[in-house]
Amino acid sequence: MRYDSLLDAVGRTPLVGLPHLSPGPEQRLWAKLEDRNPTGSVKDRAALWMILAAERDGRLRRGSTILEPTSGNTGISLAMIARLRGYKLICVMPENTSAERTQLLQMYGASIIYSPAAGGSNEAVRVAKGLAAENPDWVMLYQYGNEANWRAHYETTGPELLADLPELTHFVAGLGTTGTLMGTGRFLREHVPGVRIVAAEPRYGELVYGLRNMDEGFVPELYDDKVLTSRYSVSAADALRRTRQLVHEEGIFAGISAGCVLHAGLALASKAQAAGQRADIAVLIADGGWKYLSTGAYSGTLAEAEARLEGELWA
Amino acid sequence: MAIDVRIPTILRTFTGGAKSVEGSGDTLDELIADLDTRHAGLRGRLVDDSGLRRFVNVYLNDEDVRFLGGLDAKVKDGDTVTVLPAVAGGMR
Repeated sequence: MRYDSLLDAVGRTPLVGLPHLSPGPEQRLWAKLEDRNPTGSVKDRAALWMILAAERDGRLRRGSTILEPTSGNTGISLAMIARLRGYKLICVMPENTSAERTQLLQMYGASIIYSPAAGGSNEAVRVAKGLAAENPDWVMLYQYGNEANWRAHYETTGPELLADLPELTHFVAGLGTTGTLMGTGRFLREHVPGVRIVAAEPRYGELVYGLRNMDEGFVPELYDDKVLTSRYSVSAADALRRTRQLVHEEGIFAGISAGCVLHAGLALASKAQAAGQRADIAVLIADGGWKYLSTGAYSGTLAEAEARLEGELWA
Repeated sequence: MAIDVRIPTILRTFTGGAKSVEGSGDTLDELIADLDTRHAGLRGRLVDDSGLRRFVNVYLNDEDVRFLGGLDAKVKDGDTVTVLPAVAGGMR
């Protein structure tokens, strides 16, 4: 396959069967490998679409500064595209994200403002919104509310899945900004009668929930629960266990959110098997495991990794 | 009949610091009302006139109850209910 430049190579990722993890011939799991994107994550799709939309709207001009709250992948995607298109980038990121994220962002030339670990991505959003208000010439693309985020998936991820797996019965992805599920979900619901759109949500640690006043919560502006069929909360322990299972049994080295979606996917496959129903379940693998190696999630026994991460896996 | 209900840190003032409490009921609504009889004020933090409060997420055996009927979701002995605040997503 040949492309004129890197940005043309976004998307069109492989869909790979999981014959060892699939419970039986009638219930098959399929992994869409989004690490096969230019910067190694699904966020390349949303980042590209948000930047292109902002250019079309005239919000971005050569030399503009982009500001974005991001726990890493979006920042990395934006940093690469900003570099190529001539924009400056400032990322607001929780201070406890893995070292690889900082390294990658700085390598692409982005600046980082760290937000306190306590409060996680919520806090990064709050800090970024404050900075945007103080610096009106900066452009905050705001992945949590930017329509181009879900549009990217409606126009690319969804059609790719339909083309590769027309017999699809379920689509499972992680729930963060909700862009992947909203966009892919909307597309699939329009084209696949009876399709189930399932969210796998990480269960965060005390640091993220602890300070949360129940009235000051955060629901991404993109989120529309009517697009989902169900939503599962997955513990860090289960996500870790399944991430390791994915590499041990299928050879796929993925990030920890993959363990999250796999856990939900396996539960759906089990239910279908118990009900004697055919299932073709596509799970979206957002990124590879490279950026998480320093967290110790892949070393030692599962118990050791769990203890090391002590519920601080998610930002 | 016992249903295990996990309580987020911010609401443990209602449970005397307990991370989880037990309750009973046939629906989530009944369960919350039951908890409120022993932990006064808890219901008010979870429910308002429109149903479950906007920034409150409740999971029944790890599934978001908003997809299981919300307050009308059926609960039974041995179930686990987890209450969590709604937060922004992101990976470390």
